[in-house]
Order: sequence, then structure tokens, then C-alpha cells
Amino acid sequence: MRKRQPKTYTRLTHPLVRDRRDEPFRQASWEEALERTARGLRRNRGAFGMFSCARATNEMNYVAQKFARVVMGTNNVDSCNRTCHAPSVAGLSAAFGSGGGTSSYAEIEHTDVIVMWGSNARFAHPIFFQHVLKGIRNGARMYAVDPRRTSTAEWAESWLGLNVGTDIPMAHAIGREIIRAGLANEAFIERATSGFDEYQALVEPWTLSLAEQVTGVPAGAIRELAHAYARAERAQLCWTLGITEHHNGTDNVRALINLSLLTGHVGRYGSGLQPLRGQNNVQGGGDMGAIPNRLPGFQDILDPDVRLKFESAWDTVIQPHYGLNLTEMFEAMEEGTLRAVYCIGENPAQSEADNEQAVRRMTELDFLVVQDIFLTRTAELADVVLPATAGWAETDGTTTNSERRVQRVRRAVTPPGEAREDIDIICELAGRLGHDWKYADAEAVWNELRSVSPDHYGMTYRRLTEHQGIQWPCPSTDRLEPAYLHGRLWEPDPARRGRLAPFGIVRHDPPVDLTDEEYPIRLTTGRRLDSYNTGVQSGGFASPLRRGEYIELCPEDAERHGVVVGERVRVSSRRGAVVAPVWIDTALRPGLAFMTMHFPDEVDTNQLTIEANCPIAGTAEFKASAIRIEKLPITTTVG
Amino acid sequence: MDLHFGDSKPTDEERAAVDALLGPPESSWEGAARDEMRTEDLRWARGGRRARERRDLLLPGLHAINDRIGWISDGALGYLCRRLTVPPAEAYGVATFYALFSVRPRPATVLHVCTDLACAAAGAQELGAGIESRLGPGSGVSVARSPCLGLCERAPAALAIRAGDPVRTAVSAPATVAAAVLAATAPDSAPEEPPAALAVPQAGDPSLLLLRRVGVVDPASLDDYRAHDGYAALRRAFALGPAGVIREVTDSGLVGRGGAAFPTGRKWQATASQPDRPHYLVCNADESEPGTFKDRVIMEGDPYALIEAMTIAAYAIGAHRGFLYLRGEYPRALRRLEHAVAQARARGFLGDDILGQGFAFDIEIRRGAGAYICGEETALFNSVEGYRGEPRAKPPFPVEKGLFGKPTVENNVETLVNVVPILTMGAPAYAALGTGTSTGPKLFCVSGSVARPGVYELPFGATLGELLTLAGVRDGLRAVLLGGAAGGFVRPDELGIPLTFEGTREAGTTLGSGVVLAFDDTVPLPRLLLRIAEFFRDESCGQCVPCRVGTVRQEEALHRIVARTGADAAGDIALLREVGRAMRDASICGLGQTAWNAVESAIDRLGAYE
Amino acid sequence: MTVTPLGIPRRLLEFTVDGAPVRVPEGSTVLDACRAAGKDVPTLCQGDTLRPKNACRVCVVEVEGARTLVPACSRRAEPGMVVHTDTERARHSRRIVLELLASSVDLSTTPRAAEWIEEYGAEPDRFGPDAARLDEEPRIDNDLYVRDYDKCILCYKCVDACGDQWQNTFAISVAGRGFDARIAVEHDAPLTDSACVYCGNCIEVCPTGALSFKSEFDMRAAGIWNESAQTETTTVCAYCGVGCNLTLHVQDNEIVKVTSPHDNPVTHGNLCIKGRFGYQHVQNRG
Repeated sequence: MRKRQPKTYTRLTHPLVRDRRDEPFRQASWEEALERTARGLRRNRGAFGMFSCARATNEMNYVAQKFARVVMGTNNVDSCNRTCHAPSVAGLSAAFGSGGGTSSYAEIEHTDVIVMWGSNARFAHPIFFQHVLKGIRNGARMYAVDPRRTSTAEWAESWLGLNVGTDIPMAHAIGREIIRAGLANEAFIERATSGFDEYQALVEPWTLSLAEQVTGVPAGAIRELAHAYARAERAQLCWTLGITEHHNGTDNVRALINLSLLTGHVGRYGSGLQPLRGQNNVQGGGDMGAIPNRLPGFQDILDPDVRLKFESAWDTVIQPHYGLNLTEMFEAMEEGTLRAVYCIGENPAQSEADNEQAVRRMTELDFLVVQDIFLTRTAELADVVLPATAGWAETDGTTTNSERRVQRVRRAVTPPGEAREDIDIICELAGRLGHDWKYADAEAVWNELRSVSPDHYGMTYRRLTEHQGIQWPCPSTDRLEPAYLHGRLWEPDPARRGRLAPFGIVRHDPPVDLTDEEYPIRLTTGRRLDSYNTGVQSGGFASPLRRGEYIELCPEDAERHGVVVGERVRVSSRRGAVVAPVWIDTALRPGLAFMTMHFPDEVDTNQLTIEANCPIAGTAEFKASAIRIEKLPITTTVG
Repeated sequence: MDLHFGDSKPTDEERAAVDALLGPPESSWEGAARDEMRTEDLRWARGGRRARERRDLLLPGLHAINDRIGWISDGALGYLCRRLTVPPAEAYGVATFYALFSVRPRPATVLHVCTDLACAAAGAQELGAGIESRLGPGSGVSVARSPCLGLCERAPAALAIRAGDPVRTAVSAPATVAAAVLAATAPDSAPEEPPAALAVPQAGDPSLLLLRRVGVVDPASLDDYRAHDGYAALRRAFALGPAGVIREVTDSGLVGRGGAAFPTGRKWQATASQPDRPHYLVCNADESEPGTFKDRVIMEGDPYALIEAMTIAAYAIGAHRGFLYLRGEYPRALRRLEHAVAQARARGFLGDDILGQGFAFDIEIRRGAGAYICGEETALFNSVEGYRGEPRAKPPFPVEKGLFGKPTVENNVETLVNVVPILTMGAPAYAALGTGTSTGPKLFCVSGSVARPGVYELPFGATLGELLTLAGVRDGLRAVLLGGAAGGFVRPDELGIPLTFEGTREAGTTLGSGVVLAFDDTVPLPRLLLRIAEFFRDESCGQCVPCRVGTVRQEEALHRIVARTGADAAGDIALLREVGRAMRDASICGLGQTAWNAVESAIDRLGAYE
Repeated sequence: MTVTPLGIPRRLLEFTVDGAPVRVPEGSTVLDACRAAGKDVPTLCQGDTLRPKNACRVCVVEVEGARTLVPACSRRAEPGMVVHTDTERARHSRRIVLELLASSVDLSTTPRAAEWIEEYGAEPDRFGPDAARLDEEPRIDNDLYVRDYDKCILCYKCVDACGDQWQNTFAISVAGRGFDARIAVEHDAPLTDSACVYCGNCIEVCPTGALSFKSEFDMRAAGIWNESAQTETTTVCAYCGVGCNLTLHVQDNEIVKVTSPHDNPVTHGNLCIKGRFGYQHVQNRG
């Protein structure tokens, strides 16, 4: 089979500008580019949105959200975490008041039962999975819940191949079985949770046999998982985008959290909840306040004391309401109330569900400035393109990983041409817009953040180096906190125990894009081992594993359609159609197909996906589209 | 495990060979056809610990394929790996470790012609050449030069193995070109091997303890065994209780007969007292030391004695599973033992409730596949577990972490069968035999330049000269190799050496496994030493540097001086000494540590190259 | 350090190294104790992230009462043990091991090999011009890394890192036996037909340079590899949220190699294909 190289992107080395969108870009000086940007933003004050970057440093995210809030006077700041893990943050916050995963990687090595739900960590988070493997080698039993029998699932004691979008029925049936078998942790429920009676009534209809009908998984398998999880002395529940990328992603997360509340598998060493983050700084971007509802340190904008603290620290007035999230910002573009966007390091033209719509909306903006290291599809739509540095190799700062560990990133190579660091660029713009910000270096930004975020106060750069990263919360400069969160729930003293964790009363709601006779196949999406997101970064190296984009089918479906490996077929959904070659994967079953979004320049998968968003978190239902496969009239094969 | 399998598919025959061993696959993930019967597989798959726990069936699986097809193809290996959840790269590493397996196509029939010490002295070179020219090209028989086949009393020897269902074997010994070619081309019509008793010149002597029944009882008959005092010792063991059995064995002074002479009672006690469970018993029947064949004779001639002895040992140490690791080149011993184990099981001498005493024990026979190193106890564990037969670091010792990482007693066949007379005659009477520190009887494998080669049983303390006289040593004796390739040479004027552990040690040599190979002055010594060096080079597992490279450098040096003496050889002899010293000091296991012994003794004692 | 349950405190035990008493926590190896006492015991197959394999035998020391020399890397310290690290007997074995290796394997990129050969007076040439060597050609079957088995001392570290100790991919194993044993994938196929996932965790632990980044291999071949002109900067990978620490080796403003700190709590020295090799996009500078 021919190895397929995706489009290779070359670094941006100079600012690019143009007067009209139908003109080509021309190289410009920084002075001109910044002046144009300042003009474009100034005239759209009040109709501005900031797309911050989940891959850039905490320091950059801090400055970017400060730019939105102080310079532009808006809370409209968000990042691509919206397209992946916002439901995890929303769900965990609702239950525990804090949006981070509750456990550390090391704990999974010392737990008894591991549930990997909607997560192919073996491919998407390989080094996290090494910690899982250590756990398995130490005797832990792993269960995998995933429509596909992925590489992760192949390590499981038991793999449960549920129908896409039936996670809530599965979770509720597990909950019901735990209660009925007398395995619920009554002491914990009584002491640390609220709403149990309502939850019990909610799950009561979800018998094992009903769950079998809805999820497709044998009742015996569900029962076994329920008992294994509930009987374990320690258990970890991990999930990824298979849970969150649904129109009801936050509800899915709540349904899983319920299981931990039911069994007391949270707030103890070795027992907890672990959402695995897709980008290097999804966690940090939110922690830094680059989200519309939180100020740095994950502090609620609606809290007047919090606002007061920031207003005096920043000498500004902070809007006392939540801003628009990414999804809402796109809707506001449609309505014309959002006219200018400052997009840093994101590629929504290719990463958004139903991306044709996203491109059209961005094209209609009055002003779009994109700051990136490559001329991405999104940058191609801009008025001004500002060449930036690669956060992880060309700048100093910190990022925060999935276990809330803040770690130092360092400049190792000199950026090309005139590319400049994000923070410098933002500060330059702030200056032109009347705010004279001076940061000597990234550490100065960080120290400002420390002064306003109690959870980060104890993390000096020196300590971060010394400890190879520190997990938040870290309120003290001379002490480290336990590596797991919510130990308070086990406190005997109700005052120290704090707010009880509420059960989430969430109901099953099948995927929006229903399969029918016309679109009989369920398409789900995910990642491959050697590729990443829209492929802009990962396309740069010569992976021997890469074979380009394919529509993956089970052998039975391929036979039914009379197609073979490499044969190009038309894949259509209710929104669009693409042509893609066929791959056959035994991990799939009849009626279930799989694609990635790693090669959008080759096969634009997001033409097929549906922009049905989670109303709470705004994440789209990438994981469930209805499609059909059609043989092309003249057979063309790749290879 | 997320294993990667190539595109190669097994043939129906290969699949059938594997399924005959493992049963049909349980799911389409394990290799069953993916059809309507298997729709549930696409919703629920089991795996994990249970799937990974079958690794120890890898070696039997490789045998199953090799036996049926004659070699192990990509597709066959892949299917076996899928069935057992074993990574193909590891299985390939295991398959290529063993000399009896091939991962490349070859004829269904392989004729192994022994070229080792006793056979070399009996004209193996000429035999091999004659066989090859008689067979000619395209004969459908692959001729392989083999290390010792354990048929030294009938040297020269050849073993034909024809793959098929069932696999067929034929032994030709003493082999002529015609007989060996017949065995290879028509194994079914090759003459039956002579009875095991022919290897026991003393057969029928009522004073024998270990060889008493060889040639006397029908080795296929459990009842005949019982009619000759069989299972009296086990009854006595049950009466004594486990602690009582260990006391008897300890008081008997029995020490291991494999060469290390470790007190058996202490080993049993150390294992029995380990809190970690389960405990395992392993019988080392991987008799591969060139010149050694005594265990084969016992297994072929008195198999139930070994089964009874293993049962007693297991009872004493609290083991419920025993493994009998038999060298792959012993087809008749395999047949006899398989039959005996089945009979014993059918009659309640193995199983859940042995003799109605509530004691459960069973024996699994595992076949080696051509690797001398697997006689090393920890290499043997790895081999049984389905890994490459590489020795492990000690400590921890097997009594603490042995087979499957659990407390394990490993004894060789001769050691174990001593337990039967110990329990029937009592420790004091047994200990009265032999010398004060080497008690009981000892088996010796006498071959080479003697009139009556075979296994001899003498009480410890007889001299080398007495043994050789008994065997009818021929005139012109040039040297005697004691203990096999890992042993040492002695001169014809040293026949007064008492055959005890302490006696040989005092004489600066070793008893080893009881090999007594006599060479007359027609045998060119440098050639013999070169053959020994080749043996160690071939059999080094390759794990540690001193042995992996040292055995090669040793062979190279001996090759250089094969026709040199005196000053011409002095430089290489000095080199050999330096390398030999490092091999002895720094190798992981006994193979490397002893690989220089025989050569050194030939130089120092026999004056080779002078 | 992160706060985790510490478990039962380890006891200390006392023994003697080269005449001086040492105290080490129970479970320590003789090598741990020697290093703590400042003794320079050479090692090749020992890896700080791997269980001791004790295959190379270059670390052997003399322990009173032991019949043979013992490998310092794997032997656990016992109370009252009397260890001599630098006796004639130990030095002899180390010298021979170095000679055996250097006469059969290309040690030109093995750190410290030349120094030890000098220190122990090893003369690899004395086995003569016909001494068997590995005689392997570099295997270049992909664009990311090269397997030059002429430099392989068969330390098993790559097999252990690929296997159950870290990566659990089991793409490679030792195949064959004795001097003919080689590291191989099944059926000795090219890597591209194997289970290899190109994590490069084998390169991370290879002590001889037998496994190397293609970039390093090519630069060495061109004579422009220059470690003294390289900087090493530790940062965090940008490919997912796990937060793996990467050490970027940079020469002339080009990333030429990526490793990970072995004591890092996230990676323990391990990376995936993206973290190890996915840096090229940064330096597509047009």
C-alpha cells in the first residue's frame, strides 16, 4: 500500500496582511500588521471574541484572557477544549465544584479495577496507558467500554461493545445493579452525597435486560462490570472523547460520576475519576481563565468577591456575567453580534463539526486575525496573520497536564524569521489599544497569576523544576497537597467535608443523527496512534504507521457493499459527502464505521459530522453521525 | 493484549494440529470463523489475565505444529499466538531457540545423526557421510548432525523423526548406513529398539536398588509394577506424613544426582516451609550431558518408579502439580511415560484423591526441543513457562521462586527414584550404603572403549578401576572422561579414584552426572576437545557475554591448535586459560562456568598439545 | 515529590565494600551500594528504568564465600556481605568481557567503552584477525530510526523496554541462540511489517548506539554529529494532555534527537511516536 503523506505545512516567518478577503496575502512588517490588527479590533469593541489556545502555555492563556477581559472588556474567551473536554469540566464542576480529574497517574498503578470508558488511551494517550499497564501488571483488572474493540480494549478482562450513544443506559444499568445487589457504599452516600433517592428512582427502570436491548451488550457483561467496580477496594474510572463528544456530553459525564458516588470511588488514593485530556494544555487553558465563565484559578466570574480581587489587581471592571463559549461565539457570528475574532493557535476551520458552516461564518466576520505557526485553513480566511512561536519548543512557560501537574516548558530552538512569542504579540496589541503591559519574561506572568490564584500560589518556577512539576491545588510554598482531589468528602466533620456531591439526574437521549434506511451506518470518530487532531503538527514527520484517511468498515459491511481495501467509496451524511478509500478493521461490527479527522486536506471528515451541541458545555456530537456508503461507478483503488 | 498479526494464515493442517492440543477456539477473537454464530463476540470479549495465563502451552503448541508439519510457518506461528495471546516476536524467539524446531521449510523427515563423544569415537563422521551419500539429493530426508542422543551404549546412533499425524520416530543404534537410512525412509518398518534391559548389563541382579525392576517388570503394566513392590513406598509416605518423609530423605543423606550434589532433604524442607503457594514439583528428565543415558533407561524400563517417586516428593513438599520435563530426543521414554501417567491416573495413583488419602497430585509431561541449557534448573522453568530457555539469576533460588515464580523443588530422575528405596528400606539402612558422605547407590553411564557399555549401579565408593573392569575396559586406554562434556579427563593411571563426590573432588576432578567415557589411544584428543568446544558453542544460550563469545573464542583457539603442539600451541593455550577463567568466574550458569573444564583437564592432566 | 502513601519504611542493612562499612536500604543492589560509596563499577546492560538483566557481566565483583563472581547490578545486598570491587579476579573477568565484546561488536559509539578498555588493559585484537564478529549491516527500513546490530551487545534492554516492563508492544525479541542470537521481530521481517509502534523507547535504553534516531545515524555518517555542540533542553510534549517531558537535543538550531528524563514521574523515560519523533513540524522553516 502506498504511504500517503498528508499536506506538509511550512512555518510562517513574516506577518501577512491583505486589504480584502479575495486578495492574496502579502508580506508585511510587524508594525503594519499590528496596526491593522489594532484597528480591526478597536472598531469591533463590544463584538469581539478571543479563541485562545489549548496548546499554548499557561502564561499565554493568562495574558490572552486578560486581553479579552481588560483590553476588549468581554468574557468572550474560549478555546478548543470546547470541542473535546468541556463536558468533563462542566460535569466534574457540577459534582465536586472543581473541573479537574481527581486522581494521579501513579494511583492507577496501585488500583484494583480500572474502567476505560470511551477511551482508546493506548492510541490517544500512550504514556498514560503505560501507567494503566503497570496497574494491570500489578494485578488490576481492566474493563473497556467502547463501541470498537480497540487496542485498549484488547487489554481488558472484559470488553463491552455498546451502541454509540448508549452510555447513559449502560451507566444507569450498572448503577441499578450495584444498588440491587447491595453493593452501594451506603456510608459514603449518606455522608458525602445528595440526591440519592432521586437517583435510585431514575435508574430503577434500567434493568439489565432493558440495557441489553438498548446498548446491545449482553446483560451478563454489564452485571460483571457492575460487580467488579462496586466490589473493588479501589477503582479508577477513566474516559475520553467517547463520553464527551456527544450532544449530551455533560450528561454522560454526570452518569459516570454517579457511579463513583454510588461506590465511594472518589477522594481516596487509588480511587477516582480521570478524564484524559486531548491537548497539552486543555487543563491549563481553563485553569488560566481562558474560558467564558471562570477567572484564573478556576474562580467563578459570578462571585463578586472574586471579581473585586481581579478588578483591583488588573485595575479594570470585569463584566459580571458569563461570556460566550466557542459554540455560542459561532452562533453570534451568524447573528452578526460577533464581528471580530482574535484566533490564537486554533484551527476551527477544520476542527469544528460541520466545518463548512464554520468556514462560512468566519468568512463573514468584519475582522479576523490569526496568530499561528502555520498558515492553517483558518489562517487562510484571515485579514491579518501573525507568525508565532511553537509553545512547547520555542518559548518559556508552563503547561498543566491531565493530572493537574503544572510543568515547565522551555525554549530549545530559535523561532524562524520574524516569528514572535505569543505574549509579546498580545502585549504589543494591548499597548496599541491603550494598555501598557510589561512582563520581563514568562516567569513574571506566572508570578502575577500566582498572586491571584490561590491554587497556584505555591508553585514557583524554582519549585516546579525541583519537583518535576507540581499538581494543583498548591496553596503553600513549603508544602505539597495530596495528589488526589476531594479527600474532604471522607472527612468526619461536616464542616470540613464541605458541599455534598449531588448525583446527576440525567436521562438517556439517543444521538441526534439517527440511522435509518437512507443512512444506515453509524459513523464514529477517533484518533490514531501517530497522528494528532487536524494533522498540522503530526503531518510533519515521516511516520511509518501513517496510511492516510480511510473509512474503516467491518469485514461484513465491506462484503455487503462489495468493496475491498483501498477502493474509494462515497461516504454521505445528511450534511455532506466525501470520497474516501476503504479499510477493513475487525474491531468494528456491522453497521459501525470509523474515521479520524487527521487528514482534512485529503478527506474532510467533519463535512460529515453533525453540529449537535451539548447545551451545557457546547461540545458537538463528533462521535455519532449517520452515514451511507456508496460504491463509485468506476472502481479506483489506492495502492 | 493488542498483538499484531501479519497476513499469513495457517493451513487447515496447521490449524488442526494446534486445535488438537488446545481444543477449538472459544471466540472469533481467538481465531474462530467470524460468522453468524459469533455475533455476540462483537459485543463482548473476554481477555485479560485468563488469556495471558496460557503462555506455558506455547512449547507444546510449537511441538504440535512441528510434529504435524515438520516445521513452523508464519501462519502456524501466528495462529498459535492468537490462541494463546502470545506476541509473535516472542514466540519466534522461542521457536528459534530450540534445535528441533525449524522456522524454515524442510523435509518432513529429519534424521539426527549423533556426532558427539561416544558416537564420534564409534565412527559417527563416516556414518553421517555414508548416510548422506546413500540418501542423495532430493531424498525427502534432512540429515542433521546432532549433539548426544543419549544412546551412547549403542553408539553410533541416529534418530529419525517423520512429521505427520501421528509423528513417527525410529531409532537406529548401533547405526549402520543401511539401518539409519531405513529408519529415515520407512520409520514404521524400522526394527523395534532393543529392550531397555539391554542397556543394563547387571539386569536381574537382585541386589540392585534402582535398576532392580529394569528388564524384570513390564514397563507398560501398572499391575506388574505393583507386583514388584510398586507403591509400597507411597503407602509408607502416607503413613509417615510429609514431615516424616522429609526426615527420612534428610536422614538418608541423599544428595542430588544431577551433578551439584545438593542435599535433597534440605531442598524439600526449604520448599515445604515456604508460605507462598502453590508449590511445584519439577522432575528434570532433560538428560543432555554428552555420555549420559541412565535416566532414559529408568524411564523406559521402570517408568512407574519415577511416577511413584514424584508423587512422594510432591506429597512431602505440598505440591499438587508436577511437571516432568523430558528431553525431546527420547521418543520411547515419552511413550512409556505418557502411558504410565495415563494408567496411574486411571487407577487413582494420580488425581484428586490418591490412594484415598485425600492428597491431590497430577503430572504433566513437557517435552524439551533440543537445548542442553534446559537441563539447568531455571532455564528449564523458563522453557516450561513458554519462554526462551535462558537461565535466571540466582538468588532467588527455586525453593523460593521457581516455576511460575513459586516455591519449587526440582530433582532429576535418578535423585527421585532413590526416594523409593529410602522409604521402603528406611533411612538408616539406605545411609549405610556407600561412604559416610556419599550415601546410597549411584548409577554410572559407561560407554566408549569398553566391552559391556551400559548403566551400572554401584554403591558409592567403588573405584573407577572396579567400574571399568566390570564393564570390560578394552586395551590401550588413553583417557577417561568423568562427568561428560562439563566434566574432566583422568589418566589411565588414576583408576584408583573412588567414585564418590568427595573422592573425585579430592582427585581434582568431578563425578558430574555419572558419565564414564573411556577412550583408547586411537581417538585423536585434539579432535575430541574441539568437539566438546563445538558442543558448548552450539549450546550456549547466548545470554551472557563470557559464555556467548567465550565459547566461540575457545573453539577458535582449539581449531587453530588442532594439529599443533608445544611452543606452537602455547600462545593459544594461554589465551584459553584466560578466557576459561573468566567463563568460570563470570558466566551466569553452570554451562559457561564448566565449558572450559574438560579442555583444561586434558591440557593439565593428559598433557594434550605437548 | 508528590505526596503519596509511603508504605512501610525500608529497613537499613549493613555490609562491607572494599573494607569500609556501608548502610543501604533493604532491597538495594550491590551496585546501588557501590555507587553510593563512590565506586566506579562499569556497567553496560544495567538500566536505571529496567530490572537488572545481568547479561553483560562487566559489573562483576567478588563476594567472600561465593564460588563465582557476582553481578553487582542484580545481586541484592545482604547483611554482613563482604564485597570487593577491584580485585585481580574481578578485574580479570571485566577485562576478558571487554575483550570478548570489543572483538565481536562495534563499540565505537558505546559511551565509556574506550575508557574501560584502556583502564582494564583489554586487547581485543589478540583473538586474531579471524575472530568471529557479528558482521551485521545497519537496517534502515523506516525514516525514524536505524537498527545497527553490528553494535549490539545483546543486553536485552530494548526487548525489556518494548516488552512487559514498559511499552508492552513486544515487537522485538531475542531470536536464535548463542553467538547467533540477534534482536529480531518475528520472522526477522522489516520493522514496517512488525508490531513496532515507533515509540523509540528501545533507543532510549540502548547503551551502545545500536539503535539510533535516523537523524543521528545520518549525521554520524556525514561526519557532522557533534555532541559537544548540542544543547539539551527539557520541555513538555504538545501532542496530548498527558504531559510527557521531552528533552530536546539541539545542534545548530535543529532538533536532532529527543529523549525523556528517566526519573520523570509522568514518563519514566518513555514516550510515544509523536513525542519522540513528531518534532519536525517546528523546523519546517521553509
